[in-house]
Amino acid sequence: MSTDGMRNGPLPVDNVDVAVIGAGVVGAAVARELAGYDLSVALVEARCDVGDGTSKANTAILHTGFDATPGTLESRLVRRGYDLLGAYAAATGIPVERTGAVLVAWTEEELAALPGLAAKAAANGCRDCAAAGPDEVYAMVPALGPGVLGGLTVPGESIVCPWTTTLAFATEALARGVHLLLNARVEAVARDGGQTVLSTSRGPLRARWVVNAAGLGSDVVDGLFGHRRFTITPRRGELLVFDKAARPLADRIVLPVPGSRGKGVLISPTVYGNVMLGPTAEELEDRTDTSTSEDGFAFLAGKGRRLMPALLEEEVTAAYAGLRAATEHGDYQVHLDPAGRYLVLGGIRSTGLTASMALAEHAAGLLAGAGLALEPRAGLPGPPRMPNIGEAFPRPYQRADLVERDPAYGTVVCFCERVTAGEVRDALAAALPPGDLDGLRRRTRATMGRCQGFHCGAEIDRLLREGAR
Amino acid sequence: MSRTVITADVAVAGAGPSGLTAAGGLAAAGLRVLVLDREREAGGIPRHSDHTGYGIRDLGRIMTGPAYARLLAARAREAGAALRTSAMVTGWAGERALDVTTPQGLLRVEAGAVVLATGARERPRTARMVPGDRPPGVLTTGQLQNLVHLHGRAVGGRAVVVGAEPVSWSAVLTLRRAGCRTVLMTSEHARPESYAAFSVPGRAVLGVPVATGTRVVRVAGHDAVEAVEVEDLRTGARRTVPCDTVVFTGDWIPDDELARAAGLATDPGSRAPMVDNTLATSRPGVFAVGNLVHPVDTADVAALDGRHVVRHVLRHLGGGTPAGRAIPLLAGAPFTWVSPGLARPGAGAPPRGRILLWPAEHRALARVVVTQDGRVVARRTLPWPVSPGRVLRVPSSALSGADPRGGPITISLA
Repeated sequence: MSTDGMRNGPLPVDNVDVAVIGAGVVGAAVARELAGYDLSVALVEARCDVGDGTSKANTAILHTGFDATPGTLESRLVRRGYDLLGAYAAATGIPVERTGAVLVAWTEEELAALPGLAAKAAANGCRDCAAAGPDEVYAMVPALGPGVLGGLTVPGESIVCPWTTTLAFATEALARGVHLLLNARVEAVARDGGQTVLSTSRGPLRARWVVNAAGLGSDVVDGLFGHRRFTITPRRGELLVFDKAARPLADRIVLPVPGSRGKGVLISPTVYGNVMLGPTAEELEDRTDTSTSEDGFAFLAGKGRRLMPALLEEEVTAAYAGLRAATEHGDYQVHLDPAGRYLVLGGIRSTGLTASMALAEHAAGLLAGAGLALEPRAGLPGPPRMPNIGEAFPRPYQRADLVERDPAYGTVVCFCERVTAGEVRDALAAALPPGDLDGLRRRTRATMGRCQGFHCGAEIDRLLREGAR
Repeated sequence: MSRTVITADVAVAGAGPSGLTAAGGLAAAGLRVLVLDREREAGGIPRHSDHTGYGIRDLGRIMTGPAYARLLAARAREAGAALRTSAMVTGWAGERALDVTTPQGLLRVEAGAVVLATGARERPRTARMVPGDRPPGVLTTGQLQNLVHLHGRAVGGRAVVVGAEPVSWSAVLTLRRAGCRTVLMTSEHARPESYAAFSVPGRAVLGVPVATGTRVVRVAGHDAVEAVEVEDLRTGARRTVPCDTVVFTGDWIPDDELARAAGLATDPGSRAPMVDNTLATSRPGVFAVGNLVHPVDTADVAALDGRHVVRHVLRHLGGGTPAGRAIPLLAGAPFTWVSPGLARPGAGAPPRGRILLWPAEHRALARVVVTQDGRVVARRTLPWPVSPGRVLRVPSSALSGADPRGGPITISLA
């Protein structure tokens, strides 16, 4: 399929039924959902790729919602989204590992908070959590440092690949006919009769309905529609990713007990076979500042050394920072303007990855209630089968059948992450190809490993350039 | 399972100088030798080290890195070793069996002995935990030389090179070849680590200022590198150095993935697999050679490990077992590691009759002290300085006075 018009030049479409602003995990899920009906849909994104903002840098956990505030929209949508995304992941090959989690209490205050958390979990429909004594906690995670007083297991907490999730939604959206418009920043909004005119950096787009899923910019876009309902204060979370050699130390998620001294940091395995430590929580003014900091590193190193001393003996493979779209409110900011045919999905915090499909379903319901006709489309293509970049399932380099059919799958080009030339080629030829090296990294893991390009950086650079031609 | 099983007397993982030299020697002794390398071309790091200085100690001549890489590969082939490139060893399938992915299919190589020769790499920026923005244009010397020498690619116009070791000057030369000026080299040490013979004319001819006692504390620039922030370690003062390229050099770490996957005993100082004077690891029949065990010495020294290991591999294949007990060798101040980490009395000298040590500090003179069980075994004064970023080689005869039944031996400087 031609990708002309996806990233550059004048917009290939000027008039749609629904424009979704923001191609993060939520916007991509909404576009995919709406394109299941007889509607023309545009997915409008300021950056050069889908999932390139907050959706790419988070803790990558598929949450049960055990610790959400009962009764909130977030609580309901996380629970629903957990089931929806779990099933979708199985159908499309999004890497998910059902690792389970254990909350670990290190102080008397944290220990005393556990029964309340268990009750909250039950109120959130999460009934399989169980208290664990210190011996049981150490049996589950022997590498924990000294001083564990007790714990609470949350068997349903799982890890997921956030990159493949957004890509799967966007890939299916494309297959369903969605117009993906990248590098198109929405700069102004005007009403013209029954339509909204979005002025984008690539030209105007008219839409009967607009869904704002602009993440860190959702309050700004909401302002373009004349509203002042919430303010995003980016909350930076820095994370350290440790070498794969550390993976045996953490085969489940180790969660902190939320307490009076803040939320604490977690240790989590990743679906790529690493171990992650973080995040920090720092409120910022700058909505683009995803830099890491000396203070952040020092904080994480200090925490990590207490939580799991052996982890800090391993090499750090990567460090990154994500910005959570936090607001002054305690819940998602979902507001419908039926007269203006406008819906905002704002203030979607780190739970948004889990809740994404439920948010999409919820959005479709709200729009239908406001008068958008949702006629199911016949002959929808099936869900896409996504390339597996997780460690829990066989990767191409391990598959004799694939290598026999195509030597490119036996040609390992990124050694640390064991990415083959075939996978790089496929990513570059996909319906939604990467726009740059970062995009290729999110699709294949190439250059993301311990050597960070020492061995393969030049070769991957060559493949990317040749593929882009 | 649909892997093709291949048997060999010896499987060598890595076709750099040490692996190729070992393979050539073993093949010349009549063994069936299979060398596996994940790169498309054999030769290892010298393939993209486009400067001279290779081959002195092992071949008695001086040549460029790429010519040296080609020659070692040709010699291994001529001796009868089978070389497979684009062949990535992905794990172990037994004590001396390897799983391998190649474009021609998945293999299982079952061998009588395995020689690990996987080399070393530089710690990238992330492992050094240098914070800031994460733009492209932040490289290691390996990636830089690969880009410039093998792919003919351009880099930026103003570089900061982190480190002032021999490899750092090599990076400066490569940058210059690519039309990129090095505006600053930084070294955390009080003086440049490199050989005076390189560093003094290097500074004069290349015109590169070296900031000693200085560390890089931040990288700035969203879509491209704009600057680095450096800190004077003596005063704490910080300043911003505009640049568009940053090269992190040195700070070597062994490529130890296979060694760790095997659960081999490791040296805590270097993270390398622990070997004795025969280059045997803690798993019988598995040997480790080259910069995997001493990250890093020069390529010719690595190659001579390959020559050294031949006789010990032959001995293993002939049913020999390690002679006697091994005494731990410990790195005392100011050394961070010593190789080999085990001294096995009665098993002969280590490669080249040298103990290799990695200093963390500069000393004008190497006054080496060897102690065991509280007793000074030997004192040696070597007529050259001790410099960080450069291996100190001490004759193994300094250990000859140690008690073969005694405790660990520590090597330090007076």
